Amino acid sequence: MMSYIIRRFLYALPLLMAVNVLTFVLFFVVNSPDDMARMQLGQKHVTEQAIQNWKHQHGYDLPLLWNSGQAGGKCLSDTIFYQKSVNLFLFDFGISDSGRNIGTDIRQRMWPSLALALPSLAVGLLVNITLALLMVLFRNTYVELGSSVLCVMLMSVSSLFYIIGGQFVIGKLLKLVPISGYDSGLAAIKFLILPVMISVVAGIGSGARWYRTLFLEEVEKDYVRTARAKGLTETQVLFKHVLKNAMIPILTGVVVVLPLLFMGSLIMESFFSIPGLGSYTIDAINRQDFAIVRSMVFLGSVLYVAGLLLTDISYTLVDPRVRLS
Amino acid sequence: MSSTLSVPKLRKLLLSLTVFTLTACDISQLNNPYPDTDHGQAILYSSFSERPKHLDPAVAYSSDEYGFIGQIYEPPLQYHYLKRPYQLQPLTATKLPTVRYLDKQGNMLPDSANDAEIAFSDYLITIKPGIAYQPHPAFSQNEPGRYLYHALSDEQLSAIDTLTDLPVQQSRTLTAEDYVYQIKRLAYPKTQSPIAELMAGYIDGFAEFAQATAEIPLQELKNQTLRGVQALSDHQYRIRIKGKYPQFQYWLAMPFFAPMPWEADVFYAQPGLKNKNITLDWFPVGTGPYWLQENNPNRRMVLAKNPHYHPDFFPTEGDPGDHEAGWLNDAGKPLPFVDKVVYTLEKESIPYWAKFLQGYYDASGIASDSFDQAVQFSGSGDPQLTQMMREKQIQLQTSVATSVFYMGFNMLDPVIGGDSEANRKLRQAISIAVDYEEFIAIFANGRGVAAQGALPPGIFGYQDGEAGINPVVYDWQNGKPRRKSLEKAKQLLAEAGYPNGIDPKTGEALLLYFDTTATGADDKSLMNWYRKQFEKLGIQLVIRGTDYNRFQEKMRSGAAQIFVWGWNADYPDPENFFFLLYGANSKVKQGGENAGNYANPEFDRLFEQMRNMDNSPERQRIIDRMQNILRQDAPWLFGYFPKDFALLHSWYKNLKPARMINNRLKYSRIDTELREQKREEWNKAEFWPLLLGFALLAVAIYPAVKAYRRQQQETKS
Repeated sequence: MMSYIIRRFLYALPLLMAVNVLTFVLFFVVNSPDDMARMQLGQKHVTEQAIQNWKHQHGYDLPLLWNSGQAGGKCLSDTIFYQKSVNLFLFDFGISDSGRNIGTDIRQRMWPSLALALPSLAVGLLVNITLALLMVLFRNTYVELGSSVLCVMLMSVSSLFYIIGGQFVIGKLLKLVPISGYDSGLAAIKFLILPVMISVVAGIGSGARWYRTLFLEEVEKDYVRTARAKGLTETQVLFKHVLKNAMIPILTGVVVVLPLLFMGSLIMESFFSIPGLGSYTIDAINRQDFAIVRSMVFLGSVLYVAGLLLTDISYTLVDPRVRLS
Repeated sequence: MSSTLSVPKLRKLLLSLTVFTLTACDISQLNNPYPDTDHGQAILYSSFSERPKHLDPAVAYSSDEYGFIGQIYEPPLQYHYLKRPYQLQPLTATKLPTVRYLDKQGNMLPDSANDAEIAFSDYLITIKPGIAYQPHPAFSQNEPGRYLYHALSDEQLSAIDTLTDLPVQQSRTLTAEDYVYQIKRLAYPKTQSPIAELMAGYIDGFAEFAQATAEIPLQELKNQTLRGVQALSDHQYRIRIKGKYPQFQYWLAMPFFAPMPWEADVFYAQPGLKNKNITLDWFPVGTGPYWLQENNPNRRMVLAKNPHYHPDFFPTEGDPGDHEAGWLNDAGKPLPFVDKVVYTLEKESIPYWAKFLQGYYDASGIASDSFDQAVQFSGSGDPQLTQMMREKQIQLQTSVATSVFYMGFNMLDPVIGGDSEANRKLRQAISIAVDYEEFIAIFANGRGVAAQGALPPGIFGYQDGEAGINPVVYDWQNGKPRRKSLEKAKQLLAEAGYPNGIDPKTGEALLLYFDTTATGADDKSLMNWYRKQFEKLGIQLVIRGTDYNRFQEKMRSGAAQIFVWGWNADYPDPENFFFLLYGANSKVKQGGENAGNYANPEFDRLFEQMRNMDNSPERQRIIDRMQNILRQDAPWLFGYFPKDFALLHSWYKNLKPARMINNRLKYSRIDTELREQKREEWNKAEFWPLLLGFALLAVAIYPAVKAYRRQQQETKS
């Protein structure tokens, strides 16, 4: 398995390089270094000299991808792309265009993102699986029909509606929790109740239907019939046998998203003023801060690759028939 | 026992629910976003929607940033808090600067010397003795000259996350050399001050200093000599200005000219601190009423009272009527009133507004989506609070900002620009047709005043009433300006060579181009409105939507034809508006702030004369002539002056509208008892809808559960 993992990591390197090049090209098609300088320097009294100074200070006075004024390897290395990208592979994200250390910011901001994403995932899983099992338990009754209709309705509503509606009803009308904000440590709990609840409710429609499909597939199998024939109750059949066998697709679906939880939720963090990595990325795009944008895209790519690898590994753990080679 | 809920169980459950609901009715402020320890403290709660870019006074230049550093750094001058028009007064200085005029040889000239004779102006500034900086590790010494934290070891660095992790925090006295050092920082190219280029044109030796220090390390900056700026003693310094520039005194009220101790630069230059985002750009060091106790721009920023703040008192005099209005209730009391100011990151307007209504923010602006909830207009057009606001005893403050939003014409454009009579009439016709009163009503919720010229109210030179109207666009009728009829605009258009808007060259409607960055779905109605305004004259307006960068490029190259632009004043002087139309500031030719590239020799001559004058009737006469030239030439469609609307809770005292004043927080006072009482009253938690929801769910599921159990029983039997 080790050789498989190493091979996957080696495959990832050209992939990450390609992502880096693509981010670089897309960013600089839209923004020139002069545009970036103007954005950082503001609107008043911005002279050409000030722009040149800014570019020089931030290393944007070099050619983008190819320096024809240099010889040998310097044609490549004396470029903005090389200077800004190589250190990423050592996870040295450098300094943002507004002067802050990106690595430090990421380390600070990943915790609020995780504080929101992990409970949302865990509670969401628990609720969705429970509801899906109940729908299967009450299959062919009005409960299943009603639940399915409700799920479709829940899926059809925009997540923004849940956020604004949740803030309005729970925060403003009922005054049960703060409408928005964040705090460190245990004080964060009261701020997380509402966004976690909204995340869970917004995910019920699609989640419960998806798990219901998995469970329905299982309940028709021979081993379930055997279990019933042995006299087990329906709840015992569902919770002891069906759930266990349906765990493989559930687990693999969860593992792939685990690393991406670090990246945060763009909308949720913005509406609840949670200082996570999602809002960090959005702010950087709005400010044309290339240093942060490339770092976050790179980090997202690394985490996605890691997620896929973890998924492969998790297959071997939950299904002994699978071997990685 | 086949029943799921027996009668006794049900009774118990109902009883518990009733008890819970009744007790829960008394629970208040579950939604309080602040810690319990804040209870009863004199804390002012505010918010910020975007983290400030810079907190270094040499670099910061936006009103958001000034909201913070204006409370921390103290330039030598400030504006009087109550008097209008704005008046300068000493802050750390003992009096307003003494200005001496010199000829080329350095000989003193009398105050009456004419401008041509004056080669230099010396500003002599004396600061008050005994002013001390906030406690800060940069000042900490274990013996004289041996700084504790100027060379932090790796071990020390590993134990630091914020500045307060350094245990010894000392202070020192403010000196004139600190002001001189800050001006050197403005010139130092690595600081990248936005006003460096501008000041190079005014301060003697500034440009040479910038060249000489381009390659030196920051630590050596304090030892370099800047010819035009010199500390004459511990408490006096001199700034030498080239020629005469009376507006320079306004710059002395801006944070750019606040003092900076050299120790701070040396301390923050350590790479280990930079890697932890502990930099001068994020952790200010000042002498002001507050210091930045917590700086987490991703979540919260907290200003706390500076324990070393020098004696400072609420003004004892103001404008006529201020006493009656209660603005002088705290006259003579020591400042600041508030112990702490907590700014919370609030990115979206909906939760921000809800929290304001719950009493968790002390003041608020009004976003357009909540405007109707807060304000309604009376029959006479005056803004009034809605019933809901009045019930909460919220106060409304309105004031016209020292800003202007205008529609600019590119004067280099052959169709709309230039100084030919025909093109002038075309611009005048458009000025009449584009109805900015309608714009203000539809798109600004009535928050603006249609502009009659380039100067907003509150700036010297602004004329109210009939004397101040734009006679090209308005007539004075029944005591107020009335926009001229469309017929008049059409007549001007015909005289311009476009009868009924038809371009004789093509025989079709005249095509004009409007360049804008407003390309979103929300902007569609506004763009349609612009089109319709031009259609009234038979002109076809083509909207050229583009992103911000391309738009800026068009403006720099002169490719835009018609555009909308704005300006927030740096200081309350007519020069700071008229320079936007000064020929030498053309954006295309000089890269300056004259976005329309307007150039009129007579206007430029009057501008050069007016800018060096003190406020006087003579200056007013020149300004009137300049306004008239602009009204006739119409390089701008003057647009409107925005009106600030602010809502304050009843417990918020002393906040007089004053956009120019950066350090106004020290005058604010909070009635904490009243705030606690109101919050308690407004934030009682409601549990019954939740309980009702659970009960309904239980009722809906109960038959299914029952049926399932019956089915199970049948299977077993």
